[in-house]
Amino acid sequence: MTAPVIALDDALAGILVRHRDREGPLLPILHDVQAEFGCVSAQAEAAIAHALNLTRAEVHGVVSFYHDFTARPDPRPEVQVCRAEACQARGVERMIAAAERAAGERVSLRTVYCLGLCSVGPNARVGDTLHARLDEAALVELVRTA
Amino acid sequence: MSRTVRISDDALALACGADAVAAAFEQAGCAVERVSSWGMHWLEPLVELGGIGFGPATPGDVAAILDGSSEKGIGPIAGHPFIARQQRLTFARAGKTRPLSLEDYETTGGWAGLRRARSLPPAQVVAEVTQSGLRGRGGAGFPAGIKWKTVADAPGTRKYVVCNADEGDSGTFADRMVMEGDPFQLLEGMAVAAHAVGAQQGYVYVRSEYPHAIARLTAAIGIAAPVLAPFRVEVRVGAGAYVCGEETSLLNSIEGRRGEVRAKPPLPALSGLFGCPTVVNNVLTLAAAPHILAEGGAGEYARLGMERSRGTTAVQLAGNIRHGGLFETAFGMTLHELVHDIGGGTASGRPVKAVQVGGPLGAYIHPDQFDLPFDYEAFAATDALIGHGGVTVFDETADMGRLARFAFAFCAAESCGKCTPCRIGSTRGVELVDRILAGTGAPDPVNNLPQMHNAPKRARGRDEDVALLQDLCETLKFGSLCALGGFTPYPVMSALRHWPEDFEA
Repeated sequence: MTAPVIALDDALAGILVRHRDREGPLLPILHDVQAEFGCVSAQAEAAIAHALNLTRAEVHGVVSFYHDFTARPDPRPEVQVCRAEACQARGVERMIAAAERAAGERVSLRTVYCLGLCSVGPNARVGDTLHARLDEAALVELVRTA
Repeated sequence: MSRTVRISDDALALACGADAVAAAFEQAGCAVERVSSWGMHWLEPLVELGGIGFGPATPGDVAAILDGSSEKGIGPIAGHPFIARQQRLTFARAGKTRPLSLEDYETTGGWAGLRRARSLPPAQVVAEVTQSGLRGRGGAGFPAGIKWKTVADAPGTRKYVVCNADEGDSGTFADRMVMEGDPFQLLEGMAVAAHAVGAQQGYVYVRSEYPHAIARLTAAIGIAAPVLAPFRVEVRVGAGAYVCGEETSLLNSIEGRRGEVRAKPPLPALSGLFGCPTVVNNVLTLAAAPHILAEGGAGEYARLGMERSRGTTAVQLAGNIRHGGLFETAFGMTLHELVHDIGGGTASGRPVKAVQVGGPLGAYIHPDQFDLPFDYEAFAATDALIGHGGVTVFDETADMGRLARFAFAFCAAESCGKCTPCRIGSTRGVELVDRILAGTGAPDPVNNLPQMHNAPKRARGRDEDVALLQDLCETLKFGSLCALGGFTPYPVMSALRHWPEDFEA
């Protein structure tokens, strides 16, 4: 067998090996790559395509389709705020301007549609920690300390 | 002897501060059992001490709860009207068991359905599911028994059971509660389905917004693997695409493709995951199977409900509601009972303006229609849908014009892009609603593009804009490949029909 034409980062190679025997391994691989590197870079796309015998276009098409995968890393802390109907009904839209001011350029304030806590909104997520029953002051504090 | 308190470790309870309350009880010398959530969300974190409930509890309440002076007592939890009025089958264990305890699961009737199913010929299992009248709880309401029979009869030796746990609809959380609170029941249901159709492998496709459910389910699969064998189950994590809750784009996503919708036919039952016959069912549908397959379960299930909607449904009371949470009941309860008698009206105390039933693609229902019974056909007859059973309440401050615009904007953000009505119509819809709301009557810039030879160059009036909006909605409804484009007109048109004043400039 010929050596791969793309020099693999050890971590990336490890991820590819870990999912080698799965059916439909692309999404699990992309999740791990996003978690490890904070993005799915063009180089990673090429390496994944090579390993799975796909074209780079196919891999890029998948990466660009899903909201969870990004082309570039964003080192800023991220606060996800739910702005779907149930949280709108509980007043989230009135708090967004203050949250955006608190976030400025330092914090990435990302809109998500539904964290599944629709009876106790407005809700937000920082990492894997969920926050419910937020009012404007609590949301601003969450952004400030993120 | 140390006293035992029970506190949920469901994601919602955690978000409301359950861990801090649990730690405070441990500090006070109590043994803390982490159980599933009763589903009375306005009381979370709910503390159970000797059958008596206290909530919403904070660490500061611990001393008073233990010495009996707390004013947050609600009496015996099981006797609380919110619980006592329910008919819990799928959520029978909610609040009572430790989610990852095989012992708790067995002693509450766990695995009985699977054991009995495996003692029967597969065709008999399918027949009992058909007899129960169980219909797909994801929203489409397709009879589960017919789907299973199609897969069972399909040629091929490699078949799959796929659980749709991509619960993306705002106002819904029942799937999450099953996965976090009673994961073995879901796995048992999948194993029953696998036996019925001859599948060897199952996948649970969970949305990435549910990290707790993913962890809980993964742990449960590890624990239950010997019971499930030879059937194997694996969790697959979504990647933030709402449209992947549509069954064919979900299958594409598991296969590692863009989550684009597939044209039907072929049905997934005949050509689904990797081209093999596949059962795709919602979490609640599969979680109902163990009960139905237990001795006499199918008959009991079929006796509940009304007309062609049999059994129980998990109503999720959400949004601006005083007593929000999970309410499992036989089909047929009216919206008035659900929103006012059980939900206690709005959390803000203002009058109810609208409820949206069935998530972002469901119609906005006016209080004048609150005598509508919770039933697939009754809702369909009024141009509405039950969907996944979410009931999102809005008070009088809601702006229905803005919510109609949001419906289109959401569709534009989440469209998979495969079919034109959804991909382009959603954006045109946002523009149209903006024009109507602005009420300026300015000429439409699209009409003035050089290639629009035959479009009128004069300004359109409001009536013409509304007619165009209705026309666009018809196109989306009948021309889209899946429910995302096909149902987005429901919230838009219902808002326009019942609250035309909110569309005035």
